[in-house]
Amino acid sequence: MSAFWIATIGTSVIAFLLKYSGHSVPERWLSHPKIQRINALIPIALLSALVAVQSFSEKSQLMIDQRLVGLSVAMIALFLKAPFPLVVLSAAVSSAAVYNWL
Amino acid sequence: MAFGAAAVANGFSVLQACLLSLLTFSGASQFAVVGVIGAGGSSISAIATASLLGTRNALYGVIMAPRLNVRGFKRVVAAQVTIDESTAVALGQEQRGIDAVKKGFWYTGVGVFVFWNLFTLAGALGAQAMGDIRAFGLDSAVPAAFLGLVWPRLTGKFERILAVSCALFAIAMTPILPAGLPIIATAFIAIVIGMKR
Repeated sequence: MSAFWIATIGTSVIAFLLKYSGHSVPERWLSHPKIQRINALIPIALLSALVAVQSFSEKSQLMIDQRLVGLSVAMIALFLKAPFPLVVLSAAVSSAAVYNWL
Repeated sequence: MAFGAAAVANGFSVLQACLLSLLTFSGASQFAVVGVIGAGGSSISAIATASLLGTRNALYGVIMAPRLNVRGFKRVVAAQVTIDESTAVALGQEQRGIDAVKKGFWYTGVGVFVFWNLFTLAGALGAQAMGDIRAFGLDSAVPAAFLGLVWPRLTGKFERILAVSCALFAIAMTPILPAGLPIIATAFIAIVIGMKR
């Protein structure tokens, strides 16, 4: 089985088990303030790391290319309170423009 | 749309992209899987990153379960559509009574599920038709999606400092650690900080 299939199935199974477990365990198990706080911080840490790695690296090598422009435009869009699809689209269009014409 | 395109751009098939949207159905986790694999990470680090991002859905389930009060197959469906959007809308209806909460949860959850899957298929087929994904800016669409997902969470100075620190840490570790690990490691930074605070 390829890594793609393992990742697809493994992620899906665990994602569902996590969701279902939340609906099934007693509330007090997961309502501890520390767990709540950690739960709010984990997505911030992982998503920020993903932004950085996806923007500035390729196969474990650091590099700066058209993605820097895409990311900057996305950031401007977010400052201007643009909706999510527009943020992604503006990044793709600006990055493609740099890649094709510069 | 962005997810389907990103999945195919990172080497996933259209079928795998659609299965991720149908079965995983959690935007951040899905982007994480294709992002980590696309960056050369192993399937284990991809699954670990996605699952760490999926833990918040468990906590949403804890909040929603007593409000929905469903059993059997309905609970399975409720669990599957327990995501950021459905939980946020449901809790936003709290002042208007329990029926409004249930309605908000189900309409949002099922509605997002249907459109998310349709757009995944469209995006995956679209990306499959492209040649060089960089010519269409798809290489920037994924980090922009992550940025869009984290942005609303950066509510205070502490959150912003954590975000920048984790980004810098991941960049610094990228040439040293195997792909995927610099990302997972930041989850442990979050856990340590959360325990101490």
